[in-house]
Amino acid sequence: MDGWLLLAQLFNGLQLGLLLFLLAAGLSLIFGIMDFIHLSHASFYMLGAFVGAGMMALSGSLIVALVVAVIVVFLVGVLVEWLIVRRLYQRDHLDHVLVSYGLILVFDTGAHMLWGSGGNVIPLPAALNGQFEVGGLLIPRYRLLIILCGLMVAVGLYFLVTRSRLGMLIRAGASNRTMVSALGVNIDALYRIVFAIGAMMAGFAGFLIAPITEASIGMGNEIIIIAFVVVIVGGIGSVQGAFYAALLIGFMDTLGRAYLDDLLRLFLSTQAAETAAPALSAMLVYVLMAGVLVCKPQGLLAPTGFHKKIKLRDV
Amino acid sequence: MFDKPPSLRLRPSLSGGVYLSLVVALLLAPIAIALSGQAFYLDLLTRAIILALAVASLNLIVGGGLVSLGHAAYLGIGAYSVAIPTHYEIHHGMLHLLFAVGGSAVFALLTGAICLRTKGLYFILITLAFSQMLYFTVVSLDEYGADDGMVLAQRSQFNGWLDLNNAATLYYFALCALLLFLLVMHQLLRAPFGRVIFGSKHNEQRMRALGFATYRYQLLCYVISGAVCGVAGFLLGNFTDFVSAEMMDWSDSADLLFMLIIGGVGALFGPIIGALAFLLLQEVLSGFTVYWQLIFGGLLIALVLLVGKDGLHGMLIGAQRKMQSGKMQSGKMQNSKAQNSAAQP
Repeated sequence: MDGWLLLAQLFNGLQLGLLLFLLAAGLSLIFGIMDFIHLSHASFYMLGAFVGAGMMALSGSLIVALVVAVIVVFLVGVLVEWLIVRRLYQRDHLDHVLVSYGLILVFDTGAHMLWGSGGNVIPLPAALNGQFEVGGLLIPRYRLLIILCGLMVAVGLYFLVTRSRLGMLIRAGASNRTMVSALGVNIDALYRIVFAIGAMMAGFAGFLIAPITEASIGMGNEIIIIAFVVVIVGGIGSVQGAFYAALLIGFMDTLGRAYLDDLLRLFLSTQAAETAAPALSAMLVYVLMAGVLVCKPQGLLAPTGFHKKIKLRDV
Repeated sequence: MFDKPPSLRLRPSLSGGVYLSLVVALLLAPIAIALSGQAFYLDLLTRAIILALAVASLNLIVGGGLVSLGHAAYLGIGAYSVAIPTHYEIHHGMLHLLFAVGGSAVFALLTGAICLRTKGLYFILITLAFSQMLYFTVVSLDEYGADDGMVLAQRSQFNGWLDLNNAATLYYFALCALLLFLLVMHQLLRAPFGRVIFGSKHNEQRMRALGFATYRYQLLCYVISGAVCGVAGFLLGNFTDFVSAEMMDWSDSADLLFMLIIGGVGALFGPIIGALAFLLLQEVLSGFTVYWQLIFGGLLIALVLLVGKDGLHGMLIGAQRKMQSGKMQSGKMQNSKAQNSAAQP
């Protein structure tokens, strides 16, 4: 096994993990505080990418594009929460799934109307194109930027959640919603801000990935499912859990894709290994999720006191 | 013999005549379509009936409080039980059907045993996880078309006594399967089995305290539902002549849930109404504009927000009640008029 190759794969895993974290952190809070299954989180991811690409074409500045994209996604988040989502908190999960799926249809088609059916690329400025060379390792500069941004948001969110008043409310909301509202906190406003912050982070993730994969319709619909896996594995409502789980799943997915066939070849025929490896590596994260749900449904790092009521049924 | 006390009625329902005329209309539809010469509508109707069967199987578990976001997996299993044997030139229909039912039941048993250890939101996500596992397994099977799917060389053969290539035969086959399942479900829900399922939806602890092994009942319910959806997959594979992993994408599972809620959750005939309305709406809107999904999504959101789980079936019941109370009122008014005129000669 080539050491540099392994390092490059670890690097890719880190990048995927941090992107997943940006998606999953908001999702986890929305899940934990509002108990809302937010499939349409994927749409905000897509929206961030499209608005970013549009602004990039208009202004030519990556920073302007980023700022506008993040603000637009935040505002759309506020709007969607106010118009639709807040009416659903009292409803059951079936309604959540259906409405957020309906929202995905609306957003996907809306993007199709506004930006056409083709993909939109965010062209990178020359300074970000190209690669660093460290020893035998080539690191694309932009990927390094993604990692830095991801880490910065993670640190920022950590301070927001653990050090600020809003963060205190968020933590309290995730561990006992009823008590927070009983203490006279304006729970509606808290919900709205959490929803919009979550949307904003998803939009940021979409913006970051757009120069690599380009903005396309339905781009979030697959990664959102992985983000749900991250949320479950990390523990619903836990930002910290989402961080570790996102990294775990990022590494697992990347390394699985890269090395699983080698591993399987040790005890399977080459052909069998080549057939089984892609399936297994794609399944790996779901197997992990099923395992966590069965053995430790509250997640690996659930916030203390949260969902104590969830325990396995005795069979 | 006792009459059933009204509180035991599972759900309010329309008057029997409405359902009967729906069934008669479905039975006569191919004739009307043949007379009008619009063969396309038979295709639409066949698809609706096949999907209604899948939705009805989903209705069994969702009505029992188990919301699955992975039910399209069984459509896939059913469809591949036609495609894979056909790939090896085994065309025997009964065998395909056996694979579809058996395969789905085994998958439902294995995954259900795990899924049912969780509840609510966790149940939704774990069913999703299992269907994704199946999806990725199928996508990686190069022998069976992987991403591209497989085209069926021919449809399932039933030794000449059933020709599925005939559109009307396929339609009636699907309709029989659907009506048969609805009949079984109707009986099942009124049997102790159904009572236990409903009971555990509302208060599981109490059902267990009464001595029912609710887990086993729910597992059985889940397996029945999966196996029936496998039959729908068998029909769908034969109908489209093409199978692919896309059939079990999570958005298809969401579509099934949508048809269910359009029709009305827990209503026996809800799935038929839902599937018909869903496909007709799709058909009409997509003819109207390329961006039909915008309106479609909006309508679905509005439906969930404003109408809720009883769907069109619930709206029909509301309309029926209004009509009845309207009649009663007008009847009363006539009565009182008659009395008045009698009192003042």
